[in-house]
Amino acid sequence: MVTDPVPLQVAAELFPNGISRYAVGGLLVGLGAAVIYVGTGISAGASTFLESTLSYVSGQSRFQQYVASRDWRVVFTLGIVLGAAVYAVVYQGGAWTTDVAWWRLLVGGVFVGIGTRVGKGCTSGHGVCGVGSASKTSILGVVAFLVTAIVTAQIVAALGVTP
Amino acid sequence: MASATDRHPLFMPLVLLGGLIFGFGLAYSHMARPEVVLNFLQFEDFGLLFVMFGGAAVTGVVFFVMPRVLDRAPLTGDRFERRLKSFDRNVLIGGGIFGVGWGLSGICPGAAYASLGIGNVAILWALGGMFLGAYLQGWWRSQTSSADAAPAGAD
Repeated sequence: MVTDPVPLQVAAELFPNGISRYAVGGLLVGLGAAVIYVGTGISAGASTFLESTLSYVSGQSRFQQYVASRDWRVVFTLGIVLGAAVYAVVYQGGAWTTDVAWWRLLVGGVFVGIGTRVGKGCTSGHGVCGVGSASKTSILGVVAFLVTAIVTAQIVAALGVTP
Repeated sequence: MASATDRHPLFMPLVLLGGLIFGFGLAYSHMARPEVVLNFLQFEDFGLLFVMFGGAAVTGVVFFVMPRVLDRAPLTGDRFERRLKSFDRNVLIGGGIFGVGWGLSGICPGAAYASLGIGNVAILWALGGMFLGAYLQGWWRSQTSSADAAPAGAD
């Protein structure tokens, strides 16, 4: 058997599922944000939807700043759900369900809800739009959440929780 | 920003279109699957880097080009600006808290909406948690800002 050249072996180890699904998907994520930006000048993030939607049901003063944008943020989120549903129908051939434990999703979700809103952005706001803006704030935000996410996931895995 | 009544008729359709592409991309890249994100964080598959920086490359080009081509966005009349937020310690504290949640669950907000779209009903646990977390910080910050009484900035 002919051995692959070393760079190919390394690539296969780092990217066991190849890179095309990630690169194409990432370009589409950027394109979706770009379409909205070109028409409206808005750099959309996903986590603001959490607070803007809470303004429909809560009178807390913190949420009132999002009243003006809450309707289009609902439409943006509906678009995300529908776009993913199109993928599921066309490529996935039906529903897909995670095996990650419910308590990890719930407790993790609470931390995500607090952290993204206190930290002024998430993986789309800081990660895609902020890094695309070469914003120092966003780059530092990305470093902060990448570091703690890696440490957390490694600790949880080391404790034998799978998945 | 234009109020709901005098928005351009194409505003909402464009936001929907952008969301559709965005969500399709998240599903296509498998970011809507928490296992794939956890594999990245455990150094088993580095593909996620291509998603985040691939997306940032596209927005980077568009954020650079648009202000040089057009004065104002056609549907809102707003100026084209980059996404620049002020830095303070909240960026690091919040980012650190977000990372703990991301590392525990393998899901972030946009990917969670997309995860619902691919039929992953269990992600409702995460979405419920995100709303709860967003509410808790909003409630707490509303208390502290009204206790200060001083005219604090809008964010």
